[in-house]
Amino acid sequence: MEHLILRVTTKILFAPILLFALYVQFHGDYGPGGGFQAGVIFSVAFILHALCFGLDATKRALPQNFLVVGMVVGFMLYAGTGVATMILGGNLLGYDALAPASTHHAGQHLGILLVEFGVGMAVASTMLTIFYHFAGREPEIDPKHW
Amino acid sequence: MSGLISQLPVLPVITPLIAAPLTLLLPKGRVPWAWATIVSWLTFAASAALLHNVATNGVVSYHLGDWAPPLGIEYRIDLANALVLFLVSGIAAIVFPFAYESVRSETDNRQSSLFYGAMQICLAGMLGVTITGDAFNVFVFLEISSLSTYALVAMGARRDRRALTAAFNYLVMGTIGATFFVIGIGLLYQATGTLNMADLHLRLAGQDNRVIEAGFAFIVVGIGLKAAMFPMHLWLPNAYTYAPSVVTAFIAATATKVAVYVLVRFFYSIFSPDFAFMQATFAYVLLPLGVIGMFVASLVAVFQADVKRMLAYSSVAQIGYMLLGVSLGTKAGLAAALVHVFNHALIKGALFMSVACVVLRLGSHANEAFQGLGRRMPVTTGAFILSGLSLVGAPATVGFISKWYLLKATFEVGHWGVSFLIVASSLISLIYIGRIIEMMVLREPPESGPLSAPIKEAPMSMLIPMWVLVAANVYFGLQTDLTGGIASAAADALMTVGGAR
Repeated sequence: MEHLILRVTTKILFAPILLFALYVQFHGDYGPGGGFQAGVIFSVAFILHALCFGLDATKRALPQNFLVVGMVVGFMLYAGTGVATMILGGNLLGYDALAPASTHHAGQHLGILLVEFGVGMAVASTMLTIFYHFAGREPEIDPKHW
Repeated sequence: MSGLISQLPVLPVITPLIAAPLTLLLPKGRVPWAWATIVSWLTFAASAALLHNVATNGVVSYHLGDWAPPLGIEYRIDLANALVLFLVSGIAAIVFPFAYESVRSETDNRQSSLFYGAMQICLAGMLGVTITGDAFNVFVFLEISSLSTYALVAMGARRDRRALTAAFNYLVMGTIGATFFVIGIGLLYQATGTLNMADLHLRLAGQDNRVIEAGFAFIVVGIGLKAAMFPMHLWLPNAYTYAPSVVTAFIAATATKVAVYVLVRFFYSIFSPDFAFMQATFAYVLLPLGVIGMFVASLVAVFQADVKRMLAYSSVAQIGYMLLGVSLGTKAGLAAALVHVFNHALIKGALFMSVACVVLRLGSHANEAFQGLGRRMPVTTGAFILSGLSLVGAPATVGFISKWYLLKATFEVGHWGVSFLIVASSLISLIYIGRIIEMMVLREPPESGPLSAPIKEAPMSMLIPMWVLVAANVYFGLQTDLTGGIASAAADALMTVGGAR
């Protein structure tokens, strides 16, 4: 088997990278981090997989259609939080409306957590979509495809 | 119900913004189009309600995330942006239903959900630029609308691959414009420490130094690029020519208008007329460039062999009229510019829609395709002639009202030479529109070649929206209370904005 060391290393690293992405995601409330960074780190795991096992194997594991859904669901988490606060009587993205009884702004905490998670999902899916399209590009576009 | 009213200011932006990603999940074909059409109507309803609300109750302020300005982002809607919101969403509500047949024939059908998604994002971006009261938020929304426009222009590549270079050119120029704009905002932020427009206005009052002058210059150049102000218009003709016809109709009627609105907003709501550098810019930069643009672009339009390209150059000339109105620095001039923003959107929307009908049936927008069109597609020809006359400024059309307001404004400040130039350049537009009308009405259809095949009139789904817009050209030409009245009141509001807070 070719590139055995690289492949074994990738397999070992894959799960910790995803875990680290989630750490950056949810620790973003308290320290540096947040949805954008986490999303990129999350997609890096799959990009590494594609580099070592080939794009086709990665696309079998995580098809393009899933990514479209991921982008939309991520964005809808963000926008949905905004709409939820509007329905609950606040302004758009006025998180305090999520927990009006709280004395220590629990709504702000919950709101930003949801929004950032949406950002993370959308960024990870978008990064991978960009990667799939660049990596999967045919060298010369067939004129028939226009 | 009161909840809905209090959330009204944000609805025109978030309705298309939320609907756009959902479009991606819809099946290909007719469904994304139907969805986008419904969304555009809802958005228009919200904008119309907002305009009514602002006209009766005065300025509306909405605090995003319940953070009070100047720290939080504020949506601040006065008559000026309510009018532009009404215009942009109105054009969308007419162009989106019009789109189906044209888009099906001109773009890749596998991309239909992406196409309508991008159209909605573009709409949301332009409405966001218009509605916001935060200078940095303008930049964000400007990029949202511009990025989707680049993609939409590139989708014309199925018919003509030159759309790709046109889109790339537009991308480069548009990004330079956006960069200049954000540098300008950065300089103002450095000088004042705030991004809220009303707050910027208060803190800039009385300040006059190099940082602010540089910031002002960067903003004028950046937005000037987006608005295709005369020497910076080079991206526009190709982008309009090779984009899918529906996209051209939509962005020609809205995108440059929104950029002109941003310029006006910065001139009057952020800087103030007593800022000497701005007065100098008006007199020595905007006024001459506006006049030169009117003439050069009109003359170039006369010699085009392609109707879409001709209309694109004509758009550059019309931007010249708007900048001319703004550069007079008077209330009447500003009102004239706003009236022309509104009216020119109706004119160019209708003209490009009739071109879209021709492209659908004949597959070409070269001059030859229009030969003898009066006999082959009489209804489309009628729409083109009426809106073409409106562009020239025939009485009882909106074009006449625009020119009338503009002439009145120049008389008022005693620029007789400029008034003469306005009339003279209108005569040039008579030449290029007249040339096409002559071809359509008086010449025989081509007898051989690909354009000679027998054709039907465009389908009803396109004729009805197109004629709605043509009817608007005549209606607002006779009934000037809405445009003229609101534009004057909006100019008033813009010029006195500092005291409102």
